Amino acid sequence: MGSIVTRLAGALLCAAVAAGPARAADKLKVGFVYVGPVADYGYSYQHDLSRKALAEALPGAVETTFLENVPEADSERAIEKLARSGAGLIFTTSFGFMEPTLKVAKKFPTVKFEHATGYKRAGNVSTYSARFYEGRYVCGKIAGKLSKSGTVGYIASFPIPEVVSGINAFMLGAQSVNPDIKLKIVWVNTWFDPGKEAEAAKALLAQGADILTQHTDSAAPLQEAEKAGKLAFGQSSDQYRFAPKAQLTSIVDDWNGYVIQEARAVLDGTWKSHDSWGGIKDGMVVLAPFTNMPDDVKALAEETKQGIVAGRIHPFEGPVLKQDGSVAVKAGERAPDPMILGMNWYVKGIDDRLTQ
Amino acid sequence: MSLDIVQMVLVTVLAAATPLILAGIGELVVERSGVLNLGVEGMMVLGAAAGFAVAAWTGSTGLGALGGAGAGLLLAALFGLLTVVLAANQVASGLALTILGLGLSGLVGAGYVGMKRDPAPHLDLPGLTDLPGIGRLLFGHDAFVYAALLLVAGVWWFLWRTRAGLTLRAIGDDHAATHALGLKVRKVRFLAVLFGGACAGLAGAYLSLAYTPFWAPAMTAGRGWIALALVVFASWRPLRVAAGALLFGGATVLQLHAQAAGLGLPGQLLSAVPYLATILALVLLSLGRRRGGSLAPAALGRVFAPSR
Amino acid sequence: MRLDLLPRARRSRRLDLLAPALAFLAAVLIGGIAVAALGVPPGQAFLTYFVAPLSEVWSLQEVALKAAPLALIATGLAFCYRANLWNIGAEGQYVAGGLAGGWVAVAAHGSQGPTAWILPAMLLAGTCAGIAYAMIPALLRVRLGVSEILTSLMLVYVAQLLLDYMVRGPLRDPQGYNFPQSVSFDDAARLPLLMAGESLHAGVLIGLVGIGLAALVLTRTLFGFEVRTVGASPRAARFAGFSDARLTLAVFAISGGAAGLAGICEVAGRIGQLQPEISPGYGFTAIIVAFLGRLSPPGILLAALVIALTTIGGEGAQIDLKLPLDLTRAFQGLLLGLVLGADVLTRYHVRIVPGGAGAKGIP
Repeated sequence: MGSIVTRLAGALLCAAVAAGPARAADKLKVGFVYVGPVADYGYSYQHDLSRKALAEALPGAVETTFLENVPEADSERAIEKLARSGAGLIFTTSFGFMEPTLKVAKKFPTVKFEHATGYKRAGNVSTYSARFYEGRYVCGKIAGKLSKSGTVGYIASFPIPEVVSGINAFMLGAQSVNPDIKLKIVWVNTWFDPGKEAEAAKALLAQGADILTQHTDSAAPLQEAEKAGKLAFGQSSDQYRFAPKAQLTSIVDDWNGYVIQEARAVLDGTWKSHDSWGGIKDGMVVLAPFTNMPDDVKALAEETKQGIVAGRIHPFEGPVLKQDGSVAVKAGERAPDPMILGMNWYVKGIDDRLTQ
Repeated sequence: MSLDIVQMVLVTVLAAATPLILAGIGELVVERSGVLNLGVEGMMVLGAAAGFAVAAWTGSTGLGALGGAGAGLLLAALFGLLTVVLAANQVASGLALTILGLGLSGLVGAGYVGMKRDPAPHLDLPGLTDLPGIGRLLFGHDAFVYAALLLVAGVWWFLWRTRAGLTLRAIGDDHAATHALGLKVRKVRFLAVLFGGACAGLAGAYLSLAYTPFWAPAMTAGRGWIALALVVFASWRPLRVAAGALLFGGATVLQLHAQAAGLGLPGQLLSAVPYLATILALVLLSLGRRRGGSLAPAALGRVFAPSR
Repeated sequence: MRLDLLPRARRSRRLDLLAPALAFLAAVLIGGIAVAALGVPPGQAFLTYFVAPLSEVWSLQEVALKAAPLALIATGLAFCYRANLWNIGAEGQYVAGGLAGGWVAVAAHGSQGPTAWILPAMLLAGTCAGIAYAMIPALLRVRLGVSEILTSLMLVYVAQLLLDYMVRGPLRDPQGYNFPQSVSFDDAARLPLLMAGESLHAGVLIGLVGIGLAALVLTRTLFGFEVRTVGASPRAARFAGFSDARLTLAVFAISGGAAGLAGICEVAGRIGQLQPEISPGYGFTAIIVAFLGRLSPPGILLAALVIALTTIGGEGAQIDLKLPLDLTRAFQGLLLGLVLGADVLTRYHVRIVPGGAGAKGIP
């Protein structure tokens, strides 16, 4: 053991002399840290598409690199590794990377960081996220129109605000066209487990749901719906090819525009720390083509989408009532962003209970 | 609940249990021969990747299933080489196998991400499959499900009704004595390990070809570990492996149903139910059993190195 | 052809070092071929994997930080495995330790008055929780004869779900927009850094002390002798009057305590708050480390360093050479397998006997 300690100390000394600041590269190095495998065909996959789009959009100016499957507990090292390898702009794409991102950012003040779905910023740390709930509101309208049984199944991952606000927006959309609609929610406690997601889908279908929607990443629920001759919504990426007879639309995360815009800003020297929360209007939330529905529903969905883009429609337009009947958003008002960002309550009409 | 819902639940439970039964029954044979292979998850996930790749390449689900089983078998052969031939530690080798299998599956499956296949066809016997209440449950599954059940019966028959099965069990109980009797300890164990690998690979292929017919990295999501636990839970008896798999699958599926019905308990608690139920069942089993004498194969996990 | 293994009277000192070195060489060779097949020069890949992480202060610290919990947990597990008890639930005991210790930190958050007690209390709570959590499978085995393999594994999932529940519910940061995480611990609840501005923290020292203590107990005490005897010859141990039950509880307590301590050191060190995931699989990787290190503390330390090195080298390979993570994993698995296989040389004289059983391969 002693020898290891001396060796370590010796190596530390040697390296202390050799190590300097990261070398400046001619091209802007852009690093990405993913929480899942790039092959998940869901959240991390979509982010990796934006990395490839960036490489294509600015071929001479940027060089991209990524680390996949990074566990939260290991993320500080992964992010620092990217910073040390000369990256000038680093996207940390999962909420769990928030504190590690801030810590590394403090050490590397000249490197710019972009953290997805978090809420803490610094001089060189921006945050960005997408208003997925806008897409879910549109989906809710479609489901409310199309459900014959009046029961919709919702496969949920973890009770975080993004998921809860998605459930609420979906329910409000559905209630706007069918006030008696019922929502059955199953929490699977995972972002990705095709088998379990399929089991949840089967359970919901067996209990009378004829439309499924999900906030988990695999295409398994869609396939279950297709098998049962029912309908469903995709998630994260356009999953039409998995279920051409079942997919109504899919809420697609499209980070391409944002990633390219931020890289450009760094190259131009105009990058500033900011928070962006883009929706359908900004092209960050994209709805896959409306399929497997009659024309009038398609028209309604299109109209709702355009209404959101134009600012005429807001999913959390008052009056919004909480489960217990208390008023969350008064008539004529719209839910402010902080309320949506921290949402931990259900709207009236949902008979699931949230863990508090 | 109507009869149809009950049937639908049971069909789901059986489907959820099938990969556990397949992998578990294979591992049971391995452990009965005295070898502990903790690498089930690795063989399973490689089977899922290879099974999908072969099926996509040849267009045949059957060949895909064979490919999955073959991939599991190859990986198991490596394990057999290490532990049976070279007498390496089984626990550590099994864990190494898990890592290797996960890595290889990613490399094999890389080209097949986002591809979809039609699920393996389900049995459809006119008249029988449509019988109310039981038709789907008895006559409406895909070939994997029936294969799993046949395999359980076959392994039971092999272990308790054939001479070769007796030899295998004897070797698992005392390799020194059986070796002294002139039985081929290492050959039997190696074959058992291969069989276990093929079963685990088949279980993986079931996931990527029938249960959720696409390939995704780490799609086994821990089912290999559950299968391992089931073998112990079943006290190394084939029929109990099937029963345990159904119990575990049942607990998983029922908690999802309970949520869909709006029970309002924390999701984490419900997700923990299958694991707690397994522990509880185990405790009850041992309370019912007379004290003394473990049911495990006596030589399980111990290294055998013949010196002659 | 037949392969015969004749046990050596004593392990060969020379081969003890030579065998793993040969295995390493073989793994590098196979890995090199795979890398070349992917169009990357093997020499460059070797430098990225094995040399680069050792050439910077920063990455050396990272290697130490990654190796410390692995070595600590594995050392605890070595007691169990030497006594032929299969605790494979160290991951759960680690999580229990991190959760209990973190709970103390959250409860003491922002408290006025003396703060010197907080960190020791956290470490103590973490260790005790690890011990308590390991007592469940140990007691079930001693009292009811329930297999510890199954119960310890199942309890891993239960611990993870419990942590998940706590950080989404009772221990959630009230100012955190309802995201699943606790408050960031106060400085008094964090393990101090060993060098200002660097990342190496006191948890690494705690780990080293723990491993040193374990080494002493194992080699210099009657209890250590008992553990070694039971493993080597259960019958002799019984004749010597060692109590099975007492020993079972003791080794489970040691391994659970070590895992719990590792858990709270990680939470109070690197992470600094409670979150749904506090381990990148340390409890499972430590099982491999324990066996790679041949269940002896110095070997375990070395094995932990090697595992940490390849993990960090793998990240470098992803960034600099665009080699997929799956390749790193496959390489790690291969390396482990080869080292384990090569171990046969140190324990046996290997003899290839021609003819014999004919062309059947394995007799």
